[in-house]
Amino acid sequence: MRFQLTDDQRALRAAVRDVVGRASSAGAWGLVAPRGGAADVHSPAPLKAPRIDRGFWRALGDLGVFSLRLAEVDGGAGLGLPEAVLVFEELGWALVPGPLVATHLAAGVVPGAATGEVVVAAADGSLVEWLDEADVVLPGAEGAVALRSVDPLTPLHRVPAPARIDPVAVLLTAAEQLGTAVRVGELAVQHARTREQFGQPIGAFQAVKHLCAQALVRVEVARAAVYAAAVTADPVDIAAARLLADEAAVRGARDCLQVHGGMGFTWESEVHLHLKRAWVRARRAGGNTESEELLAADLVAGVA
Amino acid sequence: MDLTCTPEEEEFRARLREWLAKVLPTLSAKPSPDDWPARRVYDLGWQRMLYDAGYADVHWDASPTTRLIFLEETEKAGAPYVGANFVGLLHAGPTIAAEGTAEQRERWLPPVLRGDEVWCQGFSEPDAGSDLAALRTRAWRDGDDYVVSGSKIWTSHAEVADWCELLVRTDPAAPKHRGISWLAMPMDAPGITVRPLRTLAGSAEFAEVFLDEVRVPVGNRVGDENDGWRVTMVTLSFERGTAFVGEVVACRRVLGELAQEARRNGRWDDSVLRRRLGRLNAEFRALWRLTQWNVSEAEASGGVPGVGGSVFKLRYSHARQELYDAAAEVLGVESLDLERPWVLDRLSSLSYTIAAGTSQIQQNIVAERILGLPKGR
Repeated sequence: MRFQLTDDQRALRAAVRDVVGRASSAGAWGLVAPRGGAADVHSPAPLKAPRIDRGFWRALGDLGVFSLRLAEVDGGAGLGLPEAVLVFEELGWALVPGPLVATHLAAGVVPGAATGEVVVAAADGSLVEWLDEADVVLPGAEGAVALRSVDPLTPLHRVPAPARIDPVAVLLTAAEQLGTAVRVGELAVQHARTREQFGQPIGAFQAVKHLCAQALVRVEVARAAVYAAAVTADPVDIAAARLLADEAAVRGARDCLQVHGGMGFTWESEVHLHLKRAWVRARRAGGNTESEELLAADLVAGVA
Repeated sequence: MDLTCTPEEEEFRARLREWLAKVLPTLSAKPSPDDWPARRVYDLGWQRMLYDAGYADVHWDASPTTRLIFLEETEKAGAPYVGANFVGLLHAGPTIAAEGTAEQRERWLPPVLRGDEVWCQGFSEPDAGSDLAALRTRAWRDGDDYVVSGSKIWTSHAEVADWCELLVRTDPAAPKHRGISWLAMPMDAPGITVRPLRTLAGSAEFAEVFLDEVRVPVGNRVGDENDGWRVTMVTLSFERGTAFVGEVVACRRVLGELAQEARRNGRWDDSVLRRRLGRLNAEFRALWRLTQWNVSEAEASGGVPGVGGSVFKLRYSHARQELYDAAAEVLGVESLDLERPWVLDRLSSLSYTIAAGTSQIQQNIVAERILGLPKGR
């Protein structure tokens, strides 16, 4: 049993981290303003509707984010779900905006999706993310109504008829949530190591230490579940992965915000963006209720 | 990433399964869990059967994956748990194997494997539990002996043990981690008094041990004098590494039984309870995957299990308590009847966040040793 990353998988992850990590370090996708500009204090810039950066979308296409699982003859890399999960974990880690899962699933179906020339949105549960920015919407968005999205980096529409659950979309969402959980854990630990109160780093206090430790425990449990589900592609494993990854991302982001104290409650810290994205993903199809029912049914499956 | 086993490992699994199917029906009924004299006989008998069939040293010599398969298959088949042999097989044995002299290995290891001798653990003291290094039991040199006085507590099945892996303070002047030594103490030595303690589950599974000038030969010291703390860390890493593998398999079986019971008594129609059991299914599946991940990691690094065991223990001890709380929801008022299944398990699960390092201590370990947060209060 070699339930560990192969060298190729490590290299793939590093390559993705290199590209998306560099893009996000420009400042949380254009939303995090540097502190201290006196003029900004009384008149913060109005929020603009977020846009897809088409150049970056094509760069993701070049990287193979969308075509990864297509056969080589079709212009893909011929890789599998484990590799896709590693890539989507990195996308989640870097808070990359856009209908990433929908475009990935459209590769090989919608011309141009695989290369990142075309942006594809899809109804997922009762929501469509990035409807107005998309070139193609699957399977259509009849009766879509715009919401004032809680996540400033994800425009949302509500659709009346929930779409059916695609296990691969559920798994890739879990992978993105895992990435968020990893990232907010890192941010919390970083802050706990450097922020001083009462004459010492706050990470020396058990109350703070234990928040950080629990975040890591949730990450490691979710990671094992997500990676295993990618290997087996079993819908019950995927449901388990999704439950644990949603929990790791949402609770991790909340605890990260708590560790940041007052700073965490400001727009200037990027923590809230991770929490809001985690909330959006948690509402996609295959969330808590569906996953728990599927896992409950599994307990009695095969027994009359 | 791969979850399949090699052909050799699958062959081991098939051979073990076949053997278990053959021998388990021949075993007598398991004794009551708190009848330790009967359990000593029963557990040692099972160990002897494992020895004769060539499975006794699987915890020591086999690859981590093989060990995982062994624990998975024995639990699935309902084989006896390691029981009275726990300390010998999983604590003292591996410690002596790693740190003992050739002579010490020859003296103590074969009887553990053959099921001839039982060990207990003399680590904790009334004032040194979570802060283990604060232990005060003293040992003075007198010729070729140490003379030991003090007391130990939470010593599981002390009254039926032949040997005790004992931590003593051999240099009271040294910093607290540096003045400790590891001794193998014969439990029939004069000066030892064992007083069983009743647990909240009503059983007498552990004891207080009083030591009044007990003589232990210097040759029974494993590792150097005053180097016992380091020796002990070897032991504890085993405890936190693979000790719970069989239990995770067992919890998954219990969860399936709970779902059946809920369907039988109508509680399954309660969607809150049903979803709670579904979430526990996710939890124990994930813990099983985490076990496989940790085992693969240990195999890749070729080393003893590391602090990653703390991550597992933190989550598992909590999940086990959640499982039996859910069982109480399934049983309803029956959960107050000690005769019902799962009720004693619910009581004993309360020890899991305390024993072998409380959850609070484990969180400090994770925060300081894995995340690199500063030491403090």
